[in-house]
Amino acid sequence: MSAVVAEHDDHHDHHDHGPEKGILRWVFTTNHKDIGTLYLVFALVMFFVGGTMALIIRAELFEPGLQFVDPNFFNSMTTMHALVMVFGAVMPAFVGLANWMIPMMVGAPDMALPRMNNMSFWMLVAGVLLLASTLFMEGGAPASGWTLYPPLVLQTGKAFPFAIFSVHLLGVSSIMGAINVIATIFNMRAPGMTLMKMPLFVWTWLITAFLLIAIMPVFAGAVTMLLTDKFFATSFFDAAGGGDPVLYQHIFWFFGHPEVYVMILPTFGVASTIIPVFARKPLFGYASMVYATGAIAFLSFIVWAHHMFTVGLPIAGELYFMYATMLIAIPTGVKVFNWTATMWKGAMTFETPMLFSIAFVVLFTMGGFTGLMMSVAPVDFQYHDTYFIVAHFHYTLVPASIFILMAAGYYWLPKWTGNMYNEKIGQLHFWLSAISVNILFFPQHFLGLAGMPRRIPDYAIQFADWNMVSSVGAFIYGFSQLLFVYIVIDTIRGGTGKVTAEVWEDAAKHGLEWTVPSPAPYHTFSTPPTIIPTEHIVDH
Amino acid sequence: MSTNEGYYIPHKAVWPVMATAGLMTMLAGFANYLNGSSAGSSVMLFGLVVFLIMLGFWFALQSTESESGMYNHGVGISYRMGMMWFIFSEVMFFAVFFGALWFTRNLSVPWLGAVDGAFDSGPGRATFTLWPDYSATWPTNGPGNVGGHFEPMGAFGLPFLNTLILLTSGVTCTWAHHGLLAKNRGQLIKGLIATVALGFLFVAFQAIEYHEAYTEMGLTLGSGIYGSTFFMLTGFHGLHVCVGAIMLSVVLFRSWKGHFKPENHFAFEAAAWYWHFVDVVWLGLFVFVYIM
Repeated sequence: MSAVVAEHDDHHDHHDHGPEKGILRWVFTTNHKDIGTLYLVFALVMFFVGGTMALIIRAELFEPGLQFVDPNFFNSMTTMHALVMVFGAVMPAFVGLANWMIPMMVGAPDMALPRMNNMSFWMLVAGVLLLASTLFMEGGAPASGWTLYPPLVLQTGKAFPFAIFSVHLLGVSSIMGAINVIATIFNMRAPGMTLMKMPLFVWTWLITAFLLIAIMPVFAGAVTMLLTDKFFATSFFDAAGGGDPVLYQHIFWFFGHPEVYVMILPTFGVASTIIPVFARKPLFGYASMVYATGAIAFLSFIVWAHHMFTVGLPIAGELYFMYATMLIAIPTGVKVFNWTATMWKGAMTFETPMLFSIAFVVLFTMGGFTGLMMSVAPVDFQYHDTYFIVAHFHYTLVPASIFILMAAGYYWLPKWTGNMYNEKIGQLHFWLSAISVNILFFPQHFLGLAGMPRRIPDYAIQFADWNMVSSVGAFIYGFSQLLFVYIVIDTIRGGTGKVTAEVWEDAAKHGLEWTVPSPAPYHTFSTPPTIIPTEHIVDH
Repeated sequence: MSTNEGYYIPHKAVWPVMATAGLMTMLAGFANYLNGSSAGSSVMLFGLVVFLIMLGFWFALQSTESESGMYNHGVGISYRMGMMWFIFSEVMFFAVFFGALWFTRNLSVPWLGAVDGAFDSGPGRATFTLWPDYSATWPTNGPGNVGGHFEPMGAFGLPFLNTLILLTSGVTCTWAHHGLLAKNRGQLIKGLIATVALGFLFVAFQAIEYHEAYTEMGLTLGSGIYGSTFFMLTGFHGLHVCVGAIMLSVVLFRSWKGHFKPENHFAFEAAAWYWHFVDVVWLGLFVFVYIM
């Protein structure tokens, strides 16, 4: 349980030295806080790169007809927007949080394998560089959609092998990061920090790390087969040679479905960390949260073909994947119930992290419900490849993962920098985001139900109105995120003043990170803290 | 669990980022080569060399640190966990290709031949008109006869010999481990030499097998789905045998220099685990690729 107090000395022993000077500090660093910062800054930059691509898409779709970009470039934008956001922004942001917070939350001096930690960050940069380079190549960046389905993806120009190798590098980076997380959590906990006392962020990351190690090699294998099909005459996805393009879809989604949980499980973990602090109650149903996370992770491996209902699966497959998919609603429902019950009769205050977290609970639930709709195979035939699915997964990613990443930023920035962020601008950022994200994505449900296909630069006239609304929301949402950049820079430069070690009221009862000074020293817990279980906080 | 006391945290790492730069150069060169650029292959080679040199420096540093006693029990546990989960990721990588073999043999090829199976609404029925003469029996290069006529690889020639070689190498590896634990350095070194030699012998036989396939049997990577799955599975396995043999060679070199103690020999263990993993994958290959 997260209600713990720690006793430890803050004395500096002989090998506890500070950071190196100069830019090389960041290149050669093995410090989990430095690497966490690198990941977070990189993710924030990529968030705006991917966001710019999204705004190009929404600008083109503002009204029917071809306005700004040619169709192939439009398709490149949908593909690259997805790849950049998934592999460049959301995943690295959570790895950054893991790097910063997991050692502090379990009372470890650093990540278990610090040199590999450095390498996994630079592998990420290398992978994203290869991917970004494809934008400037003959034939353009990959335009097949992020799923890279053959045979379409095999028509990619010079960009093709670069995209494949980029996936390999990103995969290696993720696997190394995941191994580090597992070794840190299993091997580096302070005495007394038993598994069932770990904060839920640590738990969800542990399970996410297992998912990553299991699925990234699968994606690597799939794209390797694409590569050999294109350049080395193999027939994996070619029916004339006895292969099957549907085989690719099976392999891809065996990776792809757990992959979406890679992005949402740490989200759950952060929400479960923040909500109790601002509800001033312990998390409701801690153990059930852990088990629900495990259950979701397990189910994620046996539901993949619900992405393929319209591809021509045998009827037995359609039925099995339909029912298995519906099961996911049960552990997810447990989680939503627990967050709500945590807030029930809590002495709530509504600082920016809490606002983002509450919006997450509400809006993620909506994304979950549309997911449940699409799990019904016969109904999915109508929704498949329409804007309905676009609305669905953006509800589970933007007002869920991205909102929670913002919440995490506001929640931990004072710990990282020692300064308080500007609460007024933070709340402005929240309200602009929360309103515009619904203007942006809610109308896409209507568009999809009315039959507008996804990944298309032009559309029939009857879709014009809601597309215009959606594009307006997109631009408000996109530009309001600049407030976050301002707040981060402002907080680093002093913000609205110094904070205490605890920052939030009674936060030390919720996690070890609030027992070390703010800003957190370069090295924490060189001597492991002693964990003393305390009484749960009672209702106010 | 109180392994954190004295847990060694390196404060600066030069080699990982250099190795990454080498790897990225290699892949960019390879991609250019595939796109038909003439400079591609030399860039690729340069990147590979940089990558290997940097890994060499990195491992040398690790070995020096280990021998000077900087790694306590806790560090050792982290390394073992790291290796264990790395091998698990490799298992998943091979699972993809085994899965592709299973899927094509049992589902997509029968559907292409419109063979009525358990799934009477399966997509196979449409192929009646497309390829009426396709018999859809394994091994196959598909209804398009892709790559032309070929003979499938039999199990009980070189492949069976290779099975015996690899199983024997597993035994010699364990024998070497016993030597290490019993402080019998002669047994350790002899066992490792035998293991490495058997490993490279395996690769040599596989090269002969491939040569026969290409020159006499008409079996190539382009021989439809049979050729694709055969060469990708056995090829990636062969690559892993090479990597494992190189790891064991490094361990052999270190043993010869007097490294490793009965209570502290992570590098040996890691290489041995990897070797047994490669062994097990081969058994799967022998059954599912060659025999069945």
